[in-house]
Amino acid sequence: MEVEKVVEDVAVNLLRLAVTDLPKDIKDALQQAYQKEESRAGKTQLKAILDNIELAEKMGVPICQDTGVINFYVRAGAKAKNLDRIEKALQKATKRATKEVPLRPNAVDPITQKNTKDNTGRFIPFVRWEILRGDSIEITVLPKGAGSENVSMLGMLMPSEGLTGLKKFVVDAVIKAGAMPCPPTILGIGVGGGADTAMELAKRAILRPLNKPNSNPVLAELERELNEAVNMTGIGPMGLGGKFTALGVSIEYAHRHPASYPVAVVFQCWAARKATARIHSSGAIEYLTHDLG
Amino acid sequence: MAIYKLKSPIISEEDIRKLNVNDILYITGIIVTMRDAAHRRALELFKEEKTLPIDLYGSTVFHCGPIVKRKRSQWVVIAAGPTTSTRMEEFEDEFIKNFGVRVIVGKGGMGKRTADAMKKYGAVYAAFTGGAAVLAAKAVKKVKKVEWLDLGMPEALWVFEVDDFGPITVAIDAHGNNLFEEIQKKAEESKPKIYKMLGISR
Repeated sequence: MEVEKVVEDVAVNLLRLAVTDLPKDIKDALQQAYQKEESRAGKTQLKAILDNIELAEKMGVPICQDTGVINFYVRAGAKAKNLDRIEKALQKATKRATKEVPLRPNAVDPITQKNTKDNTGRFIPFVRWEILRGDSIEITVLPKGAGSENVSMLGMLMPSEGLTGLKKFVVDAVIKAGAMPCPPTILGIGVGGGADTAMELAKRAILRPLNKPNSNPVLAELERELNEAVNMTGIGPMGLGGKFTALGVSIEYAHRHPASYPVAVVFQCWAARKATARIHSSGAIEYLTHDLG
Repeated sequence: MAIYKLKSPIISEEDIRKLNVNDILYITGIIVTMRDAAHRRALELFKEEKTLPIDLYGSTVFHCGPIVKRKRSQWVVIAAGPTTSTRMEEFEDEFIKNFGVRVIVGKGGMGKRTADAMKKYGAVYAAFTGGAAVLAAKAVKKVKKVEWLDLGMPEALWVFEVDDFGPITVAIDAHGNNLFEEIQKKAEESKPKIYKMLGISR
């Protein structure tokens, strides 16, 4: 079969999987939060969340009506064929999934305010590329809802404040966001680089599995410390009070300009939807985030 | 904290005044979805002394932009979770005053203007778990009708017949209490303790 068609079919599957079934790391974290939450209001929210996840999975329908703006991350082997046709295939897949799953049409022209009704448009779906060795193609889909995206924060901090500045910025961002991003959230933090790099890293960070701490022990400790800190705010599930404001914190970093200290915070709602598949040159397809057995 | 099963529309102000923040509600009857565009249009029609396509007196308004699918001649609700209520803050006090809405359902809470109107006219704001769209859709037994589809699927006015729609948590009651604001205030107050733990000096 044509590579284009394979990519399109895989991407439709990924979109369906992502919006109807959360990966195991997220489900496990929510289950644990439900067991450990002490606030009655918080527990009621987590129970509704778990019931909703189960229902969506059973019925094969979207967990949340805001199926988000569609982002793709493509990690392609330099020797894979027809890479120039992948973006077109992803566009087609997004249109198909919008009808078939269905997804809510979420692509609006910011000038005319017209909705394209098929989730595609200028730079949407947004595709990020990484070229690696080999000949396989790995595709990740990240549907990102507006409730959590709308409280994203970027700070160009004073380099002299260093990590202390970063910690304060993150805590303040979480308190400012309050109930808006549908907590318990996953916090993606990007530090260093330019403004765009920090944001890019923060968004990429929310894709890291919750049970996989940072490979750098200093950052792993900072992630743990920040998670504990934001859970002291008492904002809790859906902002109705409790000790689970965040399920996890992931930090990614880049080297910075001596005079710049960018810190980006990206929130992902509890409905932390993502799905990844690898297409091998043999044509074999492996789904990495979801068990299709 | 108490659990109530309410029938909507709720004509009696007394039924609303007995509710307190943190109470859990389940609603059976009619609810109407309205987002910012529908709020704006309804208020414009009111100003022009024109009637709305549905009487909102005693009604439950749901801040929601659902995914709805047409199957033959019937609309079927696929997913219908709440949307962020702050977008409706600029309209809601007039809305409660002019139309006599009793229950507003949404997510994320609302501000002082809405809370004041709720106290004055007898209404409550209740939070439906954000993102729990299938749980909400499951409670919808029937789409009674849809109006203003020209605004687009999410912004249209959907009239749902629901059975045990919930759990929804009373977050603003008719006595002036605002749960989201209280929690937000406590979160602000927790800053010094958190800063200290993280070794932040100011």
